[in-house]
Amino acid sequence: MTEQTPADVLDCLGRRCPLPVIALARHLPTVPVGAVVRVLADDPAAAVDIPAWCRMRAQQYVGASSVDGSPAFDVRRLS
Amino acid sequence: MRDLRQAGPIDQGEDVHNAYFDAATATPLHPAAREALLAALDDGWADPGKLYTQARRARLLLDAARATIAQVVGVRPDEVTFASSGTTAAHAAVLGGLAGRRRIGATLVRSAIEHSAVLHAGQRHVRDGGAEVEVPVDRLGRVDLDAWARAVSGPGVALASLISASHEVGTVQPVPDAAALCHAAGVPLHVDAAMSLGRGPLPAGWSLLTGSARKWGGPPGVGLLVLRKGTRWVSPYPADDRESGRAPGAPDLPAILAAAASLHAVHAAAEQEGKRLSALVDHVRATVAATVPDVEIVGDPVDRLPHVVTFSCLYVDGEALLTALDRRGFAVSSGSACTSSTLQPSHVLAAMGVLTHGNIRMSLHRDTTGAQVDRFLAELPGIVAGLRAEVGM
Repeated sequence: MTEQTPADVLDCLGRRCPLPVIALARHLPTVPVGAVVRVLADDPAAAVDIPAWCRMRAQQYVGASSVDGSPAFDVRRLS
Repeated sequence: MRDLRQAGPIDQGEDVHNAYFDAATATPLHPAAREALLAALDDGWADPGKLYTQARRARLLLDAARATIAQVVGVRPDEVTFASSGTTAAHAAVLGGLAGRRRIGATLVRSAIEHSAVLHAGQRHVRDGGAEVEVPVDRLGRVDLDAWARAVSGPGVALASLISASHEVGTVQPVPDAAALCHAAGVPLHVDAAMSLGRGPLPAGWSLLTGSARKWGGPPGVGLLVLRKGTRWVSPYPADDRESGRAPGAPDLPAILAAAASLHAVHAAAEQEGKRLSALVDHVRATVAATVPDVEIVGDPVDRLPHVVTFSCLYVDGEALLTALDRRGFAVSSGSACTSSTLQPSHVLAAMGVLTHGNIRMSLHRDTTGAQVDRFLAELPGIVAGLRAEVGM
C-alpha cells in the first residue's frame, strides 16, 4: 500500500508544542489547495493537536503514519 | 500601563489583585473547617481506638464526623471510611473492589477521562495480571453509553469506574444510566465523586464512592471511601484494625472533624452557591469566546459542574500562559503537556479530541468574586495576543 507522498514535509522533530502546530499553520496557506503537507513531530501533543487544528481551521486531517520511526501527520489544504 | 506584579508571599490573601481559580485541585479552608480544626487540635489528638477517657472522647468526635458525612452522602455511618487522601481512597476503592470480585473476573471497565488516581490503580491492576477496558467519550467529554454497555456486559468484568463529572472539563457523566447498565450486568460501580460532593445531589446506583475533603473546603489529608453494605471489597493494604480494616494508619482526627464541618456547611449552601458560580462560568464561556480569537472552549456548556470552565488557545504555550497569568495575579491550572510533570497532554482533553495546547482550567470557589472574574476576562485577551505575537501568530 503506497499513499501519495506529500510534496511538503515539515520537520518538527524535537520541537515541543505548540511549535509543530504553529509551523503547520504558517506553512499550509503557502501550498496549493488540495496539496498535502506532512508534519514530522514527536511532541506528545501533536497527535491530538494537529487533528484538532484541522477541525478548528476546516482543513482535512488525512492521517498519521510513521516515517523512519518518527510520527508523521498528513494534512490536506481545503481552503 | 499596568506594572507586572512581583511574586508575592504564598499567604497573600485573595483580593481583586490576587485571584485563586484552581478550586478543582484544592480549595481555601472553609471557615467552618478552620474553626473545627483549631478546636480539635486540643481535643482530638488522642487515639480513638484506645479505652481511656481521652480516647473515648476522640472516638465520639470521630463517630460524630462520620455520621455527619454519612448523612450528606445518604448512607449509613458504617459505610463511611476515612482515607488519607482522595487519591488513596480511589486506589483503595478500585483495587479493593477488583480484589473482592477476583473469583468472578479480572477486568476493570473505566471511562477514558477518569482521574489519574483511578488510571494508576488500573495500571497497577494490569501490571499484576489483570485487564482493563477503556470506554471512550464524545467531543464534549461524556462517556459513550453504548460502548459502556458493551464493555460492562463483557466476560469477567469485576468492577466498573466512572467519574461523576469531569475534573478537567466539568462535563457531568450519565451515572444513573451507566449504573443501570452495570446493575443489569451484575457489575459493581465505583464513582469518583470528588468533584460533586457538597455541590448537589449525588447520582444513584453506585456501590463504591470516593471523594476528597480539600475539594469542598476541608483540609488536605482526608479522603472518603464509601462502601455500600454488601459490596464485595477486600482491602489492598496489609491488615490494620483501623476504620474497620478499610484504611490503615491513625486517622487525622482534627482534619476529619474539619472535613465534616465544612461538608455540612457547603452542602447546606450548595444550591445557591452553585447558581452563583454557574452564572460566573457562563459569563466566562461567553466572554472568552467573544474576545479571544482561535479559542476552543471545551466540555458541555450546560450539563456541567457549576464551577469549572476549560478552554484552549491556539498557538499559545501553556506554561508561558500560566506564568503570564500568575504574574498578573491569577492562579489557574492547565491540561497542556508542557505544564504537566509527565510532559504528556491531559488524557481527558486527548480523549475528547480537543486542542490541548494553550489550555487553561479555571475552577471557582466560594471566595471567588465577580470583580476577580471581570479582571481576568479583561486581561486575558491581551495576554494571549502578546504570547501569540512572540511566535509571530
